[in-house]
Amino acid sequence: MPDATIIALIPLLPLAGFVLLGLFGRKYFKNSSGIIGTVLILISTILALYTAYTYFTTANVGFYPRLVPVNYTWLRFSENLSIDMGILQDSISMMMIVVVTFISLMVHIYSLGYMKGEERFSTFFSFLSLFTFSMLGLVISSNLFQIYIFWELVGVSSFLLIGYHYKKPSAVAACKKAFIVTRFADLGFLIGILILSFSSGTLDFNTLIATLTSPESGQLKTAAASTFLGASALTWGAALVFIGGAGKSAMFPLHIWLPDAMEGPTPVSALIHAATMVVAGVFLVARLFPVFSITTPGVLEIVGWVGAISAILAAIMACTQTDIKRVLAYSTMSQIGFMMFALGVSKYGGEGGLGYTASMFHLFTHAMFKALLFLAAGAVIHYVHSNEMKDMGGLRKYLPITHITFLIACLAIAGVPPFAGFFSKEEILLAASQNNTIIYWIALITSGLTAFYMFRLYFSIFWNKPAPSPLERAGSEVHHHEGGFAITLPLVLLGIGTAAAGFIPFGKFVSSDGRALESHLHLQFSIAPVALGLLGIFTAMWLYKKQNERPEKLAASLNGLYTSAYNKFYIDEIYLFIAKKIVFNLIGRPAAWFDKNIVDGLVNLTGNSTTAISEKIKKVQSGKVQQYAIYFLAGVIGLAILFIYIWK
Amino acid sequence: MNLLLLIIIPLVTAVAVLLLRNKQQVRWISFAGSVAQLVLAFTLFFAFRNERTPGNTAQMLFEQNYALFPSLHISFHFGVDGISVAMIMLTAFVVVAGVLVSWNIEKMTKEFYFLLILLGLGAYGFFISLDLFILFFFLEIAVIPKYLLIGIWGSGKKEYSANKLALMLMGGSALVLVGILGLYFSAGHSFDLLNLSKLAIPIEKQRIIFPLLFVGFGVFAALFPFHTWVPDGHSSAPTAGSMFLAGISMKLGGYGCLRVAAYLMPDAAKEYSTIIIVLASIAILYGAFATMMQKDLKYINAYSSISHCGFVLLGIGMLTKTAITGAVMQMVSHGLMTALFFAVIGMIYDRTHTRQVSEMGGLMKVIPFISTAFFIVGLCSLGLPGFSGFVAEVTVFIGSWEKTNIFYRIATIAACMSIVVTSVYILRAIGQTAMGPIRENFSQLKDATWNEKLAAVILIIGIVAIGVAPFWLNDLLRPGAEIIMNKLIGK
Repeated sequence: MPDATIIALIPLLPLAGFVLLGLFGRKYFKNSSGIIGTVLILISTILALYTAYTYFTTANVGFYPRLVPVNYTWLRFSENLSIDMGILQDSISMMMIVVVTFISLMVHIYSLGYMKGEERFSTFFSFLSLFTFSMLGLVISSNLFQIYIFWELVGVSSFLLIGYHYKKPSAVAACKKAFIVTRFADLGFLIGILILSFSSGTLDFNTLIATLTSPESGQLKTAAASTFLGASALTWGAALVFIGGAGKSAMFPLHIWLPDAMEGPTPVSALIHAATMVVAGVFLVARLFPVFSITTPGVLEIVGWVGAISAILAAIMACTQTDIKRVLAYSTMSQIGFMMFALGVSKYGGEGGLGYTASMFHLFTHAMFKALLFLAAGAVIHYVHSNEMKDMGGLRKYLPITHITFLIACLAIAGVPPFAGFFSKEEILLAASQNNTIIYWIALITSGLTAFYMFRLYFSIFWNKPAPSPLERAGSEVHHHEGGFAITLPLVLLGIGTAAAGFIPFGKFVSSDGRALESHLHLQFSIAPVALGLLGIFTAMWLYKKQNERPEKLAASLNGLYTSAYNKFYIDEIYLFIAKKIVFNLIGRPAAWFDKNIVDGLVNLTGNSTTAISEKIKKVQSGKVQQYAIYFLAGVIGLAILFIYIWK
Repeated sequence: MNLLLLIIIPLVTAVAVLLLRNKQQVRWISFAGSVAQLVLAFTLFFAFRNERTPGNTAQMLFEQNYALFPSLHISFHFGVDGISVAMIMLTAFVVVAGVLVSWNIEKMTKEFYFLLILLGLGAYGFFISLDLFILFFFLEIAVIPKYLLIGIWGSGKKEYSANKLALMLMGGSALVLVGILGLYFSAGHSFDLLNLSKLAIPIEKQRIIFPLLFVGFGVFAALFPFHTWVPDGHSSAPTAGSMFLAGISMKLGGYGCLRVAAYLMPDAAKEYSTIIIVLASIAILYGAFATMMQKDLKYINAYSSISHCGFVLLGIGMLTKTAITGAVMQMVSHGLMTALFFAVIGMIYDRTHTRQVSEMGGLMKVIPFISTAFFIVGLCSLGLPGFSGFVAEVTVFIGSWEKTNIFYRIATIAACMSIVVTSVYILRAIGQTAMGPIRENFSQLKDATWNEKLAAVILIIGIVAIGVAPFWLNDLLRPGAEIIMNKLIGK
């Protein structure tokens, strides 16, 4: 096993980058901050690869243990209960550190080119480092509260990065929305943690899972026995934790922050969507999977349905959006939905745990192709200076590398063999078909839709109408090429990853109980999804490859559905109504009014009446000594009575 | 370690300030004095640790006891435990920062600094006193200067605010005095805290005296519904005045509730805990919702202080070791945080001459240092890990959750809900001031001066030191909380 310090360095290097660039970047490293940040991530990536490699190769045949090489007590509450800062090594954390560092490295390199000349260049890189650090800390957490701490740090990093263009009101609104919506979900997470930690008497993952899952443990019996509103404490705890996960992972109905988060610079979107933030929720469920799987009534059921509903809703919305980044945002939500319901239909251990493996596999492949899609979209946006599909078309001539890599990514996400998405999606569908037929059908339809909207995007950007030649393009900042090496290198590397990642025998490494799982690919089973995918692709080709009237006609014929999907099913409006009308007007305003007029009014009343009374009784101060003597006597008698009778 | 130094050094500084003629000298002497206090506070901290580590388990360390009026059993009895050490450190941090941000006060500079230092002195004395009479004496020292600070150097409707604050706090102290006298007469004619703690005070007496003391101190700690001096007092006070008020004075109340009321009368504390918890939960949520509607930065922080101080009272009301530790952590954390918050608001106001959030925008661009400090304090306020607020709140939550009754659970969940509301109002404030389009009239502002930077950095160091490595504070506070708990459960 690699030295503990090496593992600890993986998150600490980005942290160092954040502190260094955050404090001194603007002054001393104005131009070199990008390089500094990137080099630190590069080292982290190498260390992560090394660590993961040693972990997976030195394990006993087919069994991956949970190791805790580092554990410091951070805040102790009692003998057993403490928040620790530790490192938990198991198959998913080892997989995640590779994903996070690799994607982050790609984003860093890309940003060197993409963000060049930005005024807050070093601030940008310091925030990127913070984001990477937070996510790395999250995935290696050995303690339930540690994960919450990094969870919040992920939230704030995303806030800072989405609001990077802080002068733009829309960016400010978006970053606030992202933070507040996820914070709302975190409330559930926090209470869930309190419940789980109280039920198990510990916050340490290993002990917690052990005490809550071993059938003979007293804690489990108590937790299962103590019920509230018909559900056991354990169910409540897991369900509330899942709310937190759903918020970060932008699951319906907490997804509303995700499309707006596109206000951040494109590399940030790539990072949020591929490797950090949105997969955190999936990871959280996976991390606590043993606990989730024993809850009755089953929280996994909820996980499955929330995932499935999110997947299909997002896919429908993605079909109608015209901003390319928004299409990608909804596609992320849809794909995360796949990962969620894959967990939802899974069982713990053995063959039944296929969903778990499939979910993690999809997380892994999705990270590749989604990062690629965003980075390629960034290159497109860079070229045409617009996010809208209507400003694009025919770009395959001018952006050849972007075109090819984008195509690969689209094929991958559409589930066309032999690209990465095919393998992971097949496993998910297989797991769903074995456990829940309705979810399987939803998933099947969704994967058809996915192929459709992705190729709608592809054809609209790279085919459709002919692009104006560079010379005709207005403005002096004409880009004749795709941007520098820094932009194309990550695209190519991710393209290779997207093409190849599917061949990894993932089940051998990652499974619900740490034992290797043989994944079987059934040829007959794959026919339906692949056929649906191809159908989606050809429909998109028919509609969007050449400029024609068909898309408008189709939209018109689907009038009601199209409009409501285009308007995101009015979910934002519902939230706005709740926030503005109910929280502000029915709670906030009365509270402020009550304080000003009633509570403070009483205080002022006391003051005023005291003044009035003293105005009346100031005549008592007459200067006549005899009168004073009488008052004095009365007072003494009064006090004497008081003391004799009351005070004994 | 001689605790009297904590009183002597501020006293010498105050006298020196009075004797000086030159404003610049006044500033530097005050600064030197406050730095000396900070050094002293750190010395105390390390001396305390050195005593505790080898296993000195005496309840109070560095005790000194001089009879003052033997016939009345009043004596100068000083001593500290971990809780007092933490509060002393907090005071020292706030005093240094307060002195630094007041550098530009031109009106009656000497008197201003004199009063500031006097306030600090009152707080130090309060935190080291083990004699209730002396403790009360120092409490008063810490109140009166505030009246003058607001009345003379304040802004807005300052007479009204100064009167209101002084009257309400005096009302609180009157209750405290009555309570202390009640203790004196009902339990063996003693003012001595340690003595009293060993005596059994009859429960009937406790039922009467406890509310007096708790409400009396509670007024200082913004106990709902006695909190209304907070918004007006803060908004009219000069920057350093607000910092001291929220950073130190409100903590005197929390400390008193814990050390005097709950510690000496555990039976009554148990009986009244339900009411305390209800009031604290109301303060937390109601304060947060009321903050959401505020448009003036100082009002925002004042109302949010009510909400945050609710955690202190909630922790005390829960009566578990962890919750009490959390309550003290919240006092320290909120003291540092709110001092920084007011300092930043003062800096912004000095430049923009407005405190209305709607009139600002894009300050990040023009005054990046101040805006960054604003970001940090905002994030601390909404309980972001890495800053002190998170540590304190989490400790209170975990401590509260130990109580299994559904009533306590609901109160805890209500308190947890504040993390969402807090983030709403903090992000609104930050979003409208630091972010957004730049206002034309603010495009030429100058960023923080050296003294302002130093003040902010000192407070940020405190906040981060707790937020990143809370174990030292936890280790410092837990034994003290344990002693209080042991008495509560009757060990």
